[in-house]
Amino acid sequence: MANVAVANEQYNYDIVRKFTIMTVVWGVLGMLAGVYIAAELAWPFLNFDNPALTFGRLRPVHTTLVIFGFGGSALFATSYYVVQRTCQVRLWGGKLANYTFWGWQLSVGIAAISYLLGYTQAREYAEMVWPIDLLIAVTWVIYLIVYVMTMVNRSQPHIYVANWFFIAFILATAILHIFNNMAVPVSMFSLSSYSLHAGVQDAMTQWWYGHNAVGFFLTAAFLGMMYYFIPKQAGRPVYSYRLSIIHFWALIFLYMWVGAHHLHWTALPDWTSTLAATFSILLLLPSWGGMINGIMTLSGAWDRLRNDPVVRFMIVSLSFYGMSTFEGPMMSLKSVNALSHYTDWTIGHVHSGALGWVAMISMGSLYHLIPRLWETKMYSEKLIFTHFWLATIGIVLYISSMWVAGIGQGLMLRAFDEYGNLAYTFIESVSFLHTPYVVRTLGGVFFLSGMIIMAYNVFMTIFKGRKEAAVLEAKLAAKLANA
Amino acid sequence: MKHETIETNAGWLIFLTLIVISIGGLVEIVPLYFIDDTIETVKVEGKDTVRPYTPLELRGRDLYQREGCYTCHSQMIRPFRDEALRYGHYSLAAESQFDHPFQWGSKRTGPDLARVGKKYSNQWHVQHLIAPRSVVPESIMPNYPWLMKNKLEYKDIAGRLKALKMVGVPYSITEDEYKANVKRYGKDVADKLDINQAEKNLLAQAQSGNYDGNKDDITEMDAMVAYLQVLGTMVDFKKFEDGHFTRFR
Repeated sequence: MANVAVANEQYNYDIVRKFTIMTVVWGVLGMLAGVYIAAELAWPFLNFDNPALTFGRLRPVHTTLVIFGFGGSALFATSYYVVQRTCQVRLWGGKLANYTFWGWQLSVGIAAISYLLGYTQAREYAEMVWPIDLLIAVTWVIYLIVYVMTMVNRSQPHIYVANWFFIAFILATAILHIFNNMAVPVSMFSLSSYSLHAGVQDAMTQWWYGHNAVGFFLTAAFLGMMYYFIPKQAGRPVYSYRLSIIHFWALIFLYMWVGAHHLHWTALPDWTSTLAATFSILLLLPSWGGMINGIMTLSGAWDRLRNDPVVRFMIVSLSFYGMSTFEGPMMSLKSVNALSHYTDWTIGHVHSGALGWVAMISMGSLYHLIPRLWETKMYSEKLIFTHFWLATIGIVLYISSMWVAGIGQGLMLRAFDEYGNLAYTFIESVSFLHTPYVVRTLGGVFFLSGMIIMAYNVFMTIFKGRKEAAVLEAKLAAKLANA
Repeated sequence: MKHETIETNAGWLIFLTLIVISIGGLVEIVPLYFIDDTIETVKVEGKDTVRPYTPLELRGRDLYQREGCYTCHSQMIRPFRDEALRYGHYSLAAESQFDHPFQWGSKRTGPDLARVGKKYSNQWHVQHLIAPRSVVPESIMPNYPWLMKNKLEYKDIAGRLKALKMVGVPYSITEDEYKANVKRYGKDVADKLDINQAEKNLLAQAQSGNYDGNKDDITEMDAMVAYLQVLGTMVDFKKFEDGHFTRFR
């Protein structure tokens, strides 16, 4: 307990612990929702004629819980940890950080319930109704202030590279959130609102937001995680400092241009989508620069792959990062997009990023972090290995079935018979999707099982940590009493 | 400036980051409001044919959003041969100019709905929404039986139109605004866009349209089918010569 007390004085680990626990909780719930909606597409009876259980209402529950609940909490936890460790100063603002915890958890929880009840803005990944948007905005500004003030108070001359990525993520998310959610409520007491933008401009704004939710929330911030936890776990310095500088500026500049590749061949003017495609290709360079920087940091510690499951999570996450940042620019080419858009290929692509990169690097980082937060060892290293294999097999099943589904459906819909008529009706392509949908659900079950094992392992570790601390305390008390 | 200056000064880091992340959005979004060609003019005999939704259609659109239809259906036909055969003429920017928010979608688990209006009878839509597999056996769409049971909530319809007016949709309140609409759309349409008559118009359309096949009640089904039946019907492409709209692309 003495050690814990000292650590508590120096750094605010309490807030990191809270967010860590919620990362695991939202992870299980969000992935459970994902598996359920995947199963609904394979077996539609699962909608049960119940409004709250239909795919249309559950899908935003899934995306919100995994992106903002699981991903968001992981980012709060790791960013608060990293900024304190690298600036060597306690988190600024005392109890303010607690406000960000409750503000964020409430936003995610209320949002999920409101979707089930049918309250939504119908903007992908920004479905929250306007009062929740306001709560998020306030929470986010406090997060920004706490983060910046901690950085300003640092006792180190340099701001470590992980913090650049975290600060860019916080700033960009603030801008995106505010501009994309501008709307006029029907009345002060109505949860309904109508967006400020319409049609083309609205589509552009939404996908500028939507793709940068990927670019900043799900990439830049997780790169911040990478730049701290990979060197720490590998026990080696970042491979190239220069590369990290180029990586950072190029990545944050280019990402903001690429959203319109979600709108190829639509009523959006050609010049905009062409610009977006061009910048998407350019984006391959900083993405791979970052991946190479991460992998080369691990290089020289390859033997650790044999016995350190955390390093395994990290190396696989970087591999998937590299793969999906290659696939992304390819799908942003107009000719490829003509086939892939509107199909499950996009869903597969998102998940190779979200499961392969975002979830794997988060899990790796959490497995590194948790023993340090509760001052003990993980309850079971074996279970981490099990989790690793379940997750990896799950991802492979998921994305390969979605490649089959997406490319298959894309080809069917554009096929003509010898007389120049359409070769397939739409519903024939739906029937074709059944098998890939079943395989995808199975992949999801694998991934979810891994997450549940992680939850078990984490909570056993926490109990173990508490028990050890209590024993230590009792010993100390006994010693003091004797003296 | 050396990079060390940025790394040792939080102010510089934040300032430069803000500039770097702002450029892309400014260059791609702002011009869309100022370049005239972005949205086509669609006039027949001097009148705009793409009009804002009537109160009943608007409530249907609200329900379309509530049920998350956009998660499986797009409303954006691309200029390809297969899509032309399957869905019709590619979508114009003008056709979604009053859509707050847009509903172009990103995934077609079901078919595109941009031109589903008038393709099927009201009766078909009602049956299909209540039990999709009773008309399309292979369908994986959920059943929506409650649309038929729930009475339509329309007490706040004037408030809804007013909110839309605030974001730029030409519903009218004053006499001048009404006259402007008569000039722009003709009297028939202008009458339907009058906020003062919103509730009356909604009831009248539900009664005369009788979309759900049940005269006694105005249900959510009435609104939903009214909305589906207007999708993609506002531009009559037969009135324009081939290639008329390509100059906007």
